[in-house]
Amino acid sequence: MRRGWFLPIAATLGFSFLYAPIISMVVFSFNENRLVTVWSGFSTKWYGELFNDPQMLGAAWLSLQIAAISATIALVLGTLAAVALVRFRSFRGRTLFSGMVSAPMVMPDVITGLSMLLLFVAMESLLGWPAGRGMLTIVIAHSTFAMAYICVVVQSRLADFDRSVEEAAMDLGASPLRTFFDITLPIIAPALVSGWLLGFTLSLDDLVIASFVSGPGSSTLPMVIFSKVKLGVSPDVNALATIIVAIVATGVLIATLIQLRSKPKRARP
Amino acid sequence: MANFSSDPSFPPPRRLKPWKAVERGLAKVGISGKALVLIAPVLWLLVFFLIPLALVFGISLATKQFGRPPYSPLLTTEDGTVQLTLHLSNYIKLFSDNLYVAAYLSSIRIAFISTVITLIVGYPMAYAIARAPDPWRNVLLMLVVLPFFTSFLLRIYALTGFMRGNGLINQFLGLFGIEPLVMMQTDFAVYVGLIYSYLPFMILPLYTTLVKLDVALIEASADLGSRPWQTFMSITLPLSLPGIIAGSLLVFIPAVGEYVIPALLGGPETLMIGRVLWDEFFGATNWPRASAVAVAMLAVVVVPIMLLQKAQNAMVEK
Repeated sequence: MRRGWFLPIAATLGFSFLYAPIISMVVFSFNENRLVTVWSGFSTKWYGELFNDPQMLGAAWLSLQIAAISATIALVLGTLAAVALVRFRSFRGRTLFSGMVSAPMVMPDVITGLSMLLLFVAMESLLGWPAGRGMLTIVIAHSTFAMAYICVVVQSRLADFDRSVEEAAMDLGASPLRTFFDITLPIIAPALVSGWLLGFTLSLDDLVIASFVSGPGSSTLPMVIFSKVKLGVSPDVNALATIIVAIVATGVLIATLIQLRSKPKRARP
Repeated sequence: MANFSSDPSFPPPRRLKPWKAVERGLAKVGISGKALVLIAPVLWLLVFFLIPLALVFGISLATKQFGRPPYSPLLTTEDGTVQLTLHLSNYIKLFSDNLYVAAYLSSIRIAFISTVITLIVGYPMAYAIARAPDPWRNVLLMLVVLPFFTSFLLRIYALTGFMRGNGLINQFLGLFGIEPLVMMQTDFAVYVGLIYSYLPFMILPLYTTLVKLDVALIEASADLGSRPWQTFMSITLPLSLPGIIAGSLLVFIPAVGEYVIPALLGGPETLMIGRVLWDEFFGATNWPRASAVAVAMLAVVVVPIMLLQKAQNAMVEK
């Protein structure tokens, strides 16, 4: 089939559109000038400034903790939900359940944030828990929407693999629980790893939901960045962005390699 | 399924395996494996997803008042009678105040137009990736996913570096003696921001359908004398329709409720419903009004969300 010039050019333009702003941000993070887009020489001083900013560092630490905890909770819940959806073909309320699992994924952030906040306020006045808002409430909110994404990732992996291995284990006398831990879990492990990473980055990235459910003194990294960026361009945000891009690029690379290696070889049409 | 361990004539295991012990214990209390798997996610979603949504509906029928919480209670007890007070004032305001109506309509317009442009930009990219030779395909896919994982907020910030008055685009234009363009704080910047942020959401489902497309069909069409454009219109486009639908909905739904992009890139006249909700909540601390705006927003996105679920199920089961 002849393809001609259209597709390569369109793809090149599209990828340039995606990457030009990111690359310029990385380049200008090493700019000496305070005016972000005027180049006046190489410098790493914005990185130094970044690491001496206690507000930024505190927020980063808080965000990393929240991301790790909520990704872990979401991984457990999302995997359970995926197992239920793939393995239990019919149970009462399956449609409602599958709708509830995936809805947080597409729900606009402002609605999720507002609804969560209303819940926490109502719970606090009725039950006295959670007392105030902060890290705990952000973790709960993030777990809920990360769970939806993780469920999708694990679901596709569960639907993909050969069930006869599980059946063989059970025929040999292994109980369902043991079969799950000894057979199923190792097979879906790559999906669990990428699901966890997905949940982690989603949590690290969220501004809107966290703004609704956080309390005084618990500003996450995106909240601090947002308030800085609203006031104008600041070069240390460039430095921070470069660090995040570097970490994410490494993470995605590793996750892709894991996924590729573990993918069952299949004949391609 | 043969279960030898329950057969009394079979020699008993030397030592009870931990899994067995756990299962037996649970079975004794009457908990089946199925219920055990379901209970945690079901409870979690009930408490942290369904009830919060119900609360939004409920509080949208209250009015703002000073105190904690800053809204009037729906249920009050007086002299031993329970009174239910529902205020429709928020909804009446929503339909009678031009600000809300305009924000509502312009959100839908902005989201729709950016979805169409994202589709036009994303389709050739997805097609090029699907037709790329094997090792390249994975590299290109990774390049699509990578920005999606990089902080959304920081990518919007990167765009401001491009579109500012002294930004890179204007510096470039300046080389040719062209007057600087005003891009920031305009609707144009909001469109660019939406397309830029949501492009990966469009490309991935498109890619999923396009990569499954049988090349033999396209070759057959070409062999029968179709021009490439005809082949595209009669074969490729109809067969990739599920991807087009899923991708478009994945862009449209979050774009309707978007807050960050209009807040950072748009001007004061860029009205979007997500921004109105935010301002009602954080600016005016009018929680009931913000809830009513959320209900109105839900009314816009609920049909697209249901369509998306159908489209995704169709794509998974194929």
